[in-house]
Amino acid sequence: MLTGDVWHPQDGLFGFAPFIAGSVAVTAVAMALTIIPGVLSGIYLAEYTTNRARAILKPMLDLLVGIPSVIFGVWGILVIIPLIREQIGPLIGATLGQTFPLFAFTNPSGYSVLAAGMVLAVMVFPLIVAVVDEIMRSAPREMREALLSLGATKWETTKCVVRRCGMTGVLAAIVLAFSRAFGETLAVLMVVGNVPQVPQSIFAPAYPLPALIANNYGEMMSVPMYESAMMGAALLLLVVVMVFNITARAIVVRMNKGA
Amino acid sequence: MNRQKMRKLEETFFTWLMRFCLIGAGAILTIILWVIASRGLQGLSWEILTQPPEGSFYLGGGGGILNAIMGSLYLATGATILASFIAAPVVLFMHVYAPHSKFAHGLRLALDIMWGIPSIVYGAFGFAIMVAIGLRASLLAGILTLTLVIIPILARTYDEIVAMAPRDLRDVTLALGSTRLEYLGVLLRQTLPGLLTALLLAFGRAIGDAAAMLFTAGYTDNMPDGLLRPVASLPVAVFFQLSTPFPAVQARAYASALVLTTIILVVSLLAQWTMRRLGRHVIR
Repeated sequence: MLTGDVWHPQDGLFGFAPFIAGSVAVTAVAMALTIIPGVLSGIYLAEYTTNRARAILKPMLDLLVGIPSVIFGVWGILVIIPLIREQIGPLIGATLGQTFPLFAFTNPSGYSVLAAGMVLAVMVFPLIVAVVDEIMRSAPREMREALLSLGATKWETTKCVVRRCGMTGVLAAIVLAFSRAFGETLAVLMVVGNVPQVPQSIFAPAYPLPALIANNYGEMMSVPMYESAMMGAALLLLVVVMVFNITARAIVVRMNKGA
Repeated sequence: MNRQKMRKLEETFFTWLMRFCLIGAGAILTIILWVIASRGLQGLSWEILTQPPEGSFYLGGGGGILNAIMGSLYLATGATILASFIAAPVVLFMHVYAPHSKFAHGLRLALDIMWGIPSIVYGAFGFAIMVAIGLRASLLAGILTLTLVIIPILARTYDEIVAMAPRDLRDVTLALGSTRLEYLGVLLRQTLPGLLTALLLAFGRAIGDAAAMLFTAGYTDNMPDGLLRPVASLPVAVFFQLSTPFPAVQARAYASALVLTTIILVVSLLAQWTMRRLGRHVIR
């Protein structure tokens, strides 16, 4: 069931492979887009800002966290989809897409893995920033002072602090963001295209697990085994997300002990 | 000398790179709000805000989304009240009767994990339970599922706030000979503004969460008219209206999205305001 790639509930075929692949692809794209800006922003917020700038930036990030996923979905449809359809798609398809099939612009509608990844990237960005910021602020002050007094520039100091204390925190932030992105439903459902196939390119449509549950849950009563299949999908989602959360938690606990 | 210049250059480069990332995030937030506002205002009218949908609503007919607005408010309010009755006592118990215990530690871990569970899983869980006990999609089922979703948010936020209460408060209160229950009352009074903030945040999350309500609360064109009847909600309304092919209905989806965003913004700003404002009478 986990590895089967045919989805024909009427014939009793419940292959989860396309959905798992869809979830992983969407999340991977989101992570690739958001990790570096997120970590850098978190570092900036912790190390470089004055109290006044913080007082503006923090509420801004809280606001971004508070926006419901449907709104992100609407934004995706209004902004991201046309952007991919008219600008990004043709551009990347004509350059990178010629040599790498991963970037081939195969689906002119714009509803794609990339669109979902971009929306998700924006959604989990504040999460990464908040965790990295918190971790960086808990790093000992003396370390910074010692480095600065040796004549290191601010960035060199930061680099060193991240390497010494922040690495595990950054890892925890990434793991948490990954699990959040993995379980996100509606925003993804609205922009990902919902075609049950293993996506071959970032411009291909996909069908992640949460979208599968959301789309089919109500109408499954008539088909035998459908409900168990849906519950199986929910279980899979639950297990993956829980494992990631516990991992992130373990990382943080371990780090606090070490510090 | 050249090395000095390289180091300086590296510093400047990374500072600006980091600033660029943050400015980018701010720009995206602005774009989101601007797009929702500009598209939403085109579809917004008094009729939409004050009337439930009429028969041909999803084909471009008359009516509004009052059913969804009221439904969302009922769902989120009910869930927030219910969750606060569970979360607040648990948190206070954790701090008054069992501080630094294994129990409190385990509970925090459990709440953190619950927080991480996607709301669609709660929705599926709620639906499975409903089927098992023969309950149909209804306001009650929606409220119960949403309560599950926001308990960890409420409890962990409030937990952080209670943890910030000064230690002296405990020592002083108990030294005066009061019981631990009386100390609990003092702690509650001390953290009341924080509790209000946590409630507002949880309310904001509850009202925006669609995935948990999709199959538990159902959807209807009628105004909410009973605990055991299906109820409409704003996020689900946005989702349904947007999936129709008619531009007139889609324009309403944007208007509904604007209404939802406005509610969220107001609640979010109110939460930040209460945190600052009501904190004045609290012992620090």
